[in-house]
Amino acid sequence: MNDPSRLEETEVYLLLEGIYRQYGFDFRNYALASLRRRIWSVVRDEKLNTISALQEKVLHDPSCLERFLLALSVHVSAMFRDPDFFRAFRAKAVPLLRTYPYIRIWLAGCSTGEEVYSMAILLQEEGLYERCRIYASDMNEAVLRAAKAGIYPMHLMRSYTANYIKAGGARSFSEYYTAAYDNALMRPALLEQVVFCQHNLATDESFNEFNAILCRNVMIYFDKTLQERVHHLFYNSLVNFGLLGLGDKESLHLTTYEHNYEQLADEEKLYRKIA
Amino acid sequence: MKRNSIGKLRRGAPTGAGAGSTGVTAAPTQPEAASLACGQGRKWDASAPSAYSIVVIGASLGGTKAISSLLSALPGHFPLPLAIVLHRGVDSDATLRHLFQSHSTLPVLEAEDKMPVAAGHVYLAPANYHLLIGKTGFSLSTEAPVASARPAIDVLFESASATYGSKTLGVLLTGASTDGALGAAKIRERGGIVVVQDPATAECPVMPQAAIGAAAASVILPLDAISGVLDELSQRQHRG
Repeated sequence: MNDPSRLEETEVYLLLEGIYRQYGFDFRNYALASLRRRIWSVVRDEKLNTISALQEKVLHDPSCLERFLLALSVHVSAMFRDPDFFRAFRAKAVPLLRTYPYIRIWLAGCSTGEEVYSMAILLQEEGLYERCRIYASDMNEAVLRAAKAGIYPMHLMRSYTANYIKAGGARSFSEYYTAAYDNALMRPALLEQVVFCQHNLATDESFNEFNAILCRNVMIYFDKTLQERVHHLFYNSLVNFGLLGLGDKESLHLTTYEHNYEQLADEEKLYRKIA
Repeated sequence: MKRNSIGKLRRGAPTGAGAGSTGVTAAPTQPEAASLACGQGRKWDASAPSAYSIVVIGASLGGTKAISSLLSALPGHFPLPLAIVLHRGVDSDATLRHLFQSHSTLPVLEAEDKMPVAAGHVYLAPANYHLLIGKTGFSLSTEAPVASARPAIDVLFESASATYGSKTLGVLLTGASTDGALGAAKIRERGGIVVVQDPATAECPVMPQAAIGAAAASVILPLDAISGVLDELSQRQHRG
């Protein structure tokens, strides 16, 4: 019998193996549950009927690969998503970062940049920004270009403003962008200390030593094997007593690095490397 | 017509077409009808694999009350994991979990990424994330809202059907949205069973009606009969 779940799994496997061999992008250890949804949405967008058909198109048509990569690297985010995290970052992480003369922060999997601007704003308000260098990485060049451009739909600014205030923002959020028709253009000065770089968490190694790494809601798209790899990478990329920030429903205690960190704030996934 | 008895349901679900005539079933597919009818007189053998692996529940407007009542009627020995998507505000906190826990003898948890799926546990989709089930546990996603909802019922149901196939039990309750109809259809398509709350007993009938309209219901039951049916189905054994 042709069990549909098994057939689908086989097709997904062949697609990912093909992309890896042909192009070097490794999605083989992405979480199948969410990956499957994204693959099907690409199948539909490409007006195809099966994952096998997508495999053929992606292998023969690099422009189709570009669209596939984009579909897999856009993480829907928001400025100051989970405001409580940023509030905790101000209260617990900023005082620790102040003790360094020069601060390197890695925002891994920055996608379209919402978190980059949020962090730049926070550090500026805390008077730390001049001392910081923010490395914002993503595997996809197209989303990095979008992050650099810093243009977001105007209609989102109301909820971003609410988040900003809840996150402990003390000014008017509208100081940080210019309205241009239906869009908000983030102030370019916010990127003064930001370096955007292409980096793939599934295949690339560390590229510096950091005082803090934020990787929030990126690893939820990975399976446990790949999550372990990334935790290993982060652990080796942090200075002693360096800080690690994860998404609010991601758990360090399900990884082998559980005992290498202490939690800085009770309710928030903000950790400090201790061993 | 008495609608809340599984006995009726069995008699109303013979093998084949026209099974919807009692008003209780919604034209079950052939294997579905066989499955719904096979429980009578069968002995439970604890060593045999269960016919079902997971219960997925979706609700929206009115769902807090409906889920509380469903959970309170489930026995403490309920053997399957239950995963719940209730449409909720992006800022909602642990209050909901505490509320459901106060109605259930089963442990109620808010799902975290890659949390394993354990028997007899109730998992609640966290605010502002989609909840999905894979082979090794739960996965979360911040992909765009589906049917204006995040968490979306369709996303949970679809992932459960892809992972567990015919071993999926879906339950769709009250709500003012059409979320869940597609996911429920997917569960049926892959041989699982979908219990839809009788719209007449729903605080808001839109969601169950949408699922029924999309032919995504295997069984339509009043709210107070659903936990009994879940309990019975959970004890069915895998045949074959």
